[in-house]
Amino acid sequence: MKEIILIKDGELSLKGLNRCNFEDKMISNIKRRLKSLGEIKITKAQSTIYIEPLSEDFDFEEALNRIKLVFGVAAFSRACVCNKDMDDILLKAPMYLAHTLNKIKTFKVEAKRSDKSFPFKSPEICREVGAEILKNFSHLSVDVHNPDEIITVEVRDYSAYIRAGQIHGAGGLPIGTSGRAEVLISGGIDSPVAAWTMAKRGLILNAIHFASPPYTSPRAEQKVKTLLSKVAKYSGTIKLAIVPFTEIQEEIGKCCPEDYFTLIMRRMMMRISQRVAQSDGCSALITGESLGQVASQTLPAIASTDGVCSMPVLRPLIGMDKEEIIKISKQIDAFETSILPYEDCCTVFTPKHPHTRPKAGQCEAAEAKLDIEKLIENAISGIEYSYID
Amino acid sequence: MERTVYLDNSSTTKPCERSIEYINKALISNWGNPSSLHIMGMNAQNSVDSARQTVADMLSCRADEVYFTSSGTEGNNTAILGTARARKKRGNRIVTTSVEHPSVLETVKRLEEDGFEVIRLKPDKNGTVSKSDIEKYIDKNTILVSIMLVNNETGAIMPVEYASDTIKRKSAPALLHCDAVQAFGKLPINVSRLGVDLLTLSGHKIHASKGIGAIYIKKGVTVRPLITGGGQERGMRSSTEAVPLICGLEGAIKDLPDIEAQLKKQEQLKEYTDQLLLKTGLVTVNSPKDGLPFILNISVKGYRSETLLHFLESKNIFVSSGSACAKGKGSYVLNEMGIDRKLIDSALRISFSRYNTKEDVDRLVCAIKDATIKIRKAN
Repeated sequence: MKEIILIKDGELSLKGLNRCNFEDKMISNIKRRLKSLGEIKITKAQSTIYIEPLSEDFDFEEALNRIKLVFGVAAFSRACVCNKDMDDILLKAPMYLAHTLNKIKTFKVEAKRSDKSFPFKSPEICREVGAEILKNFSHLSVDVHNPDEIITVEVRDYSAYIRAGQIHGAGGLPIGTSGRAEVLISGGIDSPVAAWTMAKRGLILNAIHFASPPYTSPRAEQKVKTLLSKVAKYSGTIKLAIVPFTEIQEEIGKCCPEDYFTLIMRRMMMRISQRVAQSDGCSALITGESLGQVASQTLPAIASTDGVCSMPVLRPLIGMDKEEIIKISKQIDAFETSILPYEDCCTVFTPKHPHTRPKAGQCEAAEAKLDIEKLIENAISGIEYSYID
Repeated sequence: MERTVYLDNSSTTKPCERSIEYINKALISNWGNPSSLHIMGMNAQNSVDSARQTVADMLSCRADEVYFTSSGTEGNNTAILGTARARKKRGNRIVTTSVEHPSVLETVKRLEEDGFEVIRLKPDKNGTVSKSDIEKYIDKNTILVSIMLVNNETGAIMPVEYASDTIKRKSAPALLHCDAVQAFGKLPINVSRLGVDLLTLSGHKIHASKGIGAIYIKKGVTVRPLITGGGQERGMRSSTEAVPLICGLEGAIKDLPDIEAQLKKQEQLKEYTDQLLLKTGLVTVNSPKDGLPFILNISVKGYRSETLLHFLESKNIFVSSGSACAKGKGSYVLNEMGIDRKLIDSALRISFSRYNTKEDVDRLVCAIKDATIKIRKAN
């Protein structure tokens, strides 16, 4: 029995004339993910993508695991290919579905007939296939309201397909359809979630991390790389810039009033990130800020950090509670890594009483003694790049 | 880069050549299963027996009182859980200290959940528990007393002998267990003089490899094994013996210098370190004066442990941070001793081995001075 994978794009089908671009991007993303599993043929028709393995030993389970991580996919399933012929459908349905049907008690058949020339109408297909299944599996009964499993028969242009249930995809938009953005990543819980959330909206990710040895440890850098590798499972390869930040923090410590340490540090980070982002072809920054979570994430503080940045700053977590963020963090398998206890650059120079309501102009005054341009240049010239996948 | 100065020997030690040689020999030419009836099995069995005798000689006990384990943690688990299970009909109280290694503290916590009453004696500012507390809490209902010989963070030496006397004097039905992981090979240990029924040791703290430890169980004492199976280690610890690692432990023990002489030498090196550090005016010593000289816990006030550790690392000097991290988890040992929070946040543990020299100490002190010039103080 020939088997294929059917993929449904969700939101993409709502796109207008450029829908094709979105679908093509998704197809090329899927192709890249499945490449190492052997040759496949991919075709698309009527907001469905068909993946047909060309080798005998194709690892379906692994392919499904990988497709689960592809943004743009609304749902997907394995399906059996039949001739557009009722006899063939009735012959294959019980055989192909036996494994599933043996584990359940109730079922229901749904039919989709996009080829209207097929001689049986949808309700007739349901009836025929349902009857055939009941004949072969005496323990089963039909439950149209709350079945253990829905069996779907789709009659399309070239073939008919039988499948049991379908798996939810990662949703969102295909990576690459929204451009490229630079995520500021610290090693905490929030920033990987922010990165993932924006990748889900079709962004290719670059990442920037600020390291302050010896105040921060090599393990903190390792941790950031591990976290990014979790995100990269969804987003594809991430280019990571590690910026040496010790000098800047020490200068801030020397030249600025203590209650402004964090704010000025954030402003320096934004300035550097914007430059790195621009030179790497990114058109936005991404941060994991959540309104009011810490002193530097109040509205006035955000206004102050945005003040040094002309690029849009995307803050996907801005309205989320910690619990909601942790839930996603666990879902993308980042949580256990995020809570490893290493110093990061945000925790070392924390003021005792940080300023939470800076007024316009106060930050400028507080950082007046810094040679900002020189510090930025020094930091940027010391950046180490790596690629995380 | 300058030569490596390794001062984190209470975490683990560099395997000595003799230990490696013994391990290799076992792996290459003596890899039989000690349980096999043929000559290859017998050869393996003989080398395990020889190692057992070597450990026994170190402890002044009989060879058949020594059981090999995979680690100090396993030894402590076996001693505590095994005793509690065997003695639960005779009483309900377990007495230990609040500064034991986590492999003891977590294990008694589990027993506490199972209904045992656990008394955790608090140390004084010198890091040791008081004789009066021992006196006060060991009673006729006490089935187990577990006290470490040397604390792993401060080097404080605990009054284990006194606990033994107290148990006898009060005729308590308690077994005395001693976690001697930090003491073994560094302090002379005589199990009968110490008066313990159970004693745990570990290989990788004395230049053997990780993955090997041993437990002394006094003849006649019943402990229920944790691991059941083929009955190896006379039923105490089933699983095919880790012959190469056991041989490695023997190699490491045979390589140990005379303990008393080494202890004197180390006293001098510690004294030298103390003097040099105190002269800088930057350092507070958290370890007690009369502790094991191989461990020196200090605080460089105003500087976070982790920052200092990484700074020293950049100079190729390796120490341990007393406090785990900035997120409010300082050392529980120092905390129990009532040491100031600020000192805990900046604690470093310097731990020596016989390979350390005055030059190492010079490098360390020099680097600490350098750090206080180059690093910003934490808020």
